[in-house]
Amino acid sequence: MIDARGFSCPQPVFMLMESMKSGDTYYEIMVDNHAAKENVSRFATSKDFNVEVEDKGNEYLIKVKK
Amino acid sequence: MSNEIKLTKLADCAGCSAKVGAGLLAKLLKDIKVVEDPNLIVGFDKSDDASVYKINEEIAIVQTVDFFPPIVDDPFLYGAIAATNAISDIYAMGAKPKTALNVMCIPQDLPQEVVHNILRGGYEKAYEAGVIISGGHTIISEEPKYGLAVTGFVNPNKILKNCSSKDGDVIILTKPLGIGIITTASKVDLVEQNVLEKIYKQMATLNKISYEIMLKYDVHSCTDVTGFSLLGHSLEMAQGSNLTMHIDSKKVLFHKEAYDLAKMGLIPAGAYRNREYAEKHCKFSPNIDIPTTDILFDPETSGGLLISVSEKDSKKLFDELNSNMDGVSIIGYMSNKKDSFIEVE
Repeated sequence: MIDARGFSCPQPVFMLMESMKSGDTYYEIMVDNHAAKENVSRFATSKDFNVEVEDKGNEYLIKVKK
Repeated sequence: MSNEIKLTKLADCAGCSAKVGAGLLAKLLKDIKVVEDPNLIVGFDKSDDASVYKINEEIAIVQTVDFFPPIVDDPFLYGAIAATNAISDIYAMGAKPKTALNVMCIPQDLPQEVVHNILRGGYEKAYEAGVIISGGHTIISEEPKYGLAVTGFVNPNKILKNCSSKDGDVIILTKPLGIGIITTASKVDLVEQNVLEKIYKQMATLNKISYEIMLKYDVHSCTDVTGFSLLGHSLEMAQGSNLTMHIDSKKVLFHKEAYDLAKMGLIPAGAYRNREYAEKHCKFSPNIDIPTTDILFDPETSGGLLISVSEKDSKKLFDELNSNMDGVSIIGYMSNKKDSFIEVE
């Protein structure tokens, strides 16, 4: 899992972007703010991944899958 | 030495994206006791660009303060942009900026040369605007911040409030949008140098010429588009005037790179705060896609003037602005109040 908690935008998107260089078909990323949740979801969608968000109170676990 | 410091890496939020949202600001100011004075023509209860205090029938003083963390790495440019942005609030009131004070926060270990260059950038823009920087205040702080408290003068009968538009007015915007998105993406090096140079130049361009031109025409309202985004500032104008602003999104000029970056989720947190605050008052026609709305909610830094001008003068004003600068667009018009304060097509 990519832990992007404590990072403000654009860092969480950038962290996922860097991880995606591995070419895997599944990633999990944890963020702790609304903007990061939205931005990470949009980025994954723009790369043709399916996005699932688990709301964990003040944090969000985002699962992205091809 | 100054080239080794990446100023933007020291900042959590870039430029006007750091601004506290309009919704929170209203809560923070709620129920605070203020001295009533009939000569205070525009105060904070009006959410205008600057406060205006009438001295006599001829003169009113116009005051504003604006400062933010680094939006660019070059210290001189950062100073110039911060000063341009601060002075803009005076122009947006239809007033002439005259004096200013530096407002500065610097980390203890920031090299003197860097600090000197930030100040030099500020002084250069102030000079260009005909503004005298007469002092200031600097404190030690982990995150650098710079800006100006600016004072200007205006005839109290000629103030351009942001809430006095009239039914049928035409709305003109003088600078393209997308600065917040592009500077956010630039923090992770996803923006080409030539695009950055284009937006740096835009941010460091004073609204002085737009202001001087607009004074010649029948302008009813004016504001500048900064941290609250085009739609946030348009909402203040429409709500304050109790009218509906109709915006044609196809006519709104923006930097085209911002569209693709928005699609990729490179959107500043401030854009989401703006959306949360203003969206409930906006009606979007269904054909408008999400990245376009992101641009309309994007927090601009040192953005253009948003001018509400009588229909009969609108063509002449647009033509004169357009022949003096790039990036001017007629984006819509005002009508009597509909269900929403803003309608975007």
